[in-house]
Amino acid sequence: MKLFLKFDVKQLCDNILSNQFSNLNINFRILAYGEIEILDKLSKTQWIDVKNTLEDYGITVVEDQKSILIQKIKDAIIEMVNDEEETITVKSSVYLAEKLNHSYGYLSNLFSEITYTSIENYIILQKIEHAKHLITTSSMTLTEIAFKLNYSSVAHLSTQFKNTTGITPSAFQRIIVKRREITL
Amino acid sequence: MQNNLINIVLADDDEDDRLFFTEAFEELKIKSNVSTYNNGVLLMEYLNKTDSILPELLFLDLNMPKKSGIECLVDIKKNARLKDMVIAIYSTSASEEDIEKTFVLGANIYIKKPNDFKKLKKALSEVVTTNWQYQTDSLNKDNFLLRL
Repeated sequence: MKLFLKFDVKQLCDNILSNQFSNLNINFRILAYGEIEILDKLSKTQWIDVKNTLEDYGITVVEDQKSILIQKIKDAIIEMVNDEEETITVKSSVYLAEKLNHSYGYLSNLFSEITYTSIENYIILQKIEHAKHLITTSSMTLTEIAFKLNYSSVAHLSTQFKNTTGITPSAFQRIIVKRREITL
Repeated sequence: MQNNLINIVLADDDEDDRLFFTEAFEELKIKSNVSTYNNGVLLMEYLNKTDSILPELLFLDLNMPKKSGIECLVDIKKNARLKDMVIAIYSTSASEEDIEKTFVLGANIYIKKPNDFKKLKKALSEVVTTNWQYQTDSLNKDNFLLRL
């Protein structure tokens, strides 16, 4: 028997962190997605324990300043893409600059240098990934998905999907369905 | 951040295509380590060695003597150790049938071989940077489909 699962990544991570830190007897609190504060003073061996324990779950403690900023940019972008109520009304460049307290020029250069892609492309990639997720796991129509992801029209979503992946949303859906049939 | 060197393997029976491919990668911004095999049998022999380094990206030509790209693809997807590699089909054919068939069988990328070196570099650069986002961001690889 084969099951298809949907994950709430944030809840998964929060639970893993809570369980593991309580096993290690360390007090901590979650500040934001991917950002925590440790409330106890850690000894060197405790610090190593923390890193090793988290590594088993694919969680890495980021120690380099540039990587931290890149991760913050990515998190802010994902937050923007998931912003269904349209609470973010400013342009993405303004939003990122204000949220991260750096000029957009600086953020954009750093981002391209480290990730080999531009912030603009990364935003599109995340939106299209979100659309793919909805196409394969929900019964929403493409029009509904376009609306949910704040595209001005279904044509706009389809065009961006095709430009990014080289295939149309309907071909994508057909391929994923056929793949599941042969692996079932 | 992960180690910035990516391992790439190409199986292609055409010597010129192998040469252009290797040269194109030398000129890309992302650092890579490229190895090539002349046919599907040699490729599978390498991958099946227990101590082989599995590439982050595997490029398969479709028409090869002895063992075709599709046969390699099917074998790889059946093998638990190999099935998570990102696979790019690299072919002179752009028939809709080949494209859909290989995607359904589990390929992630389909590239029609470009006819000039500049376009080849551009296509490979796009493949590698897109793959890089999946690799570093733990995006869902099952949804990774790219056609160029």
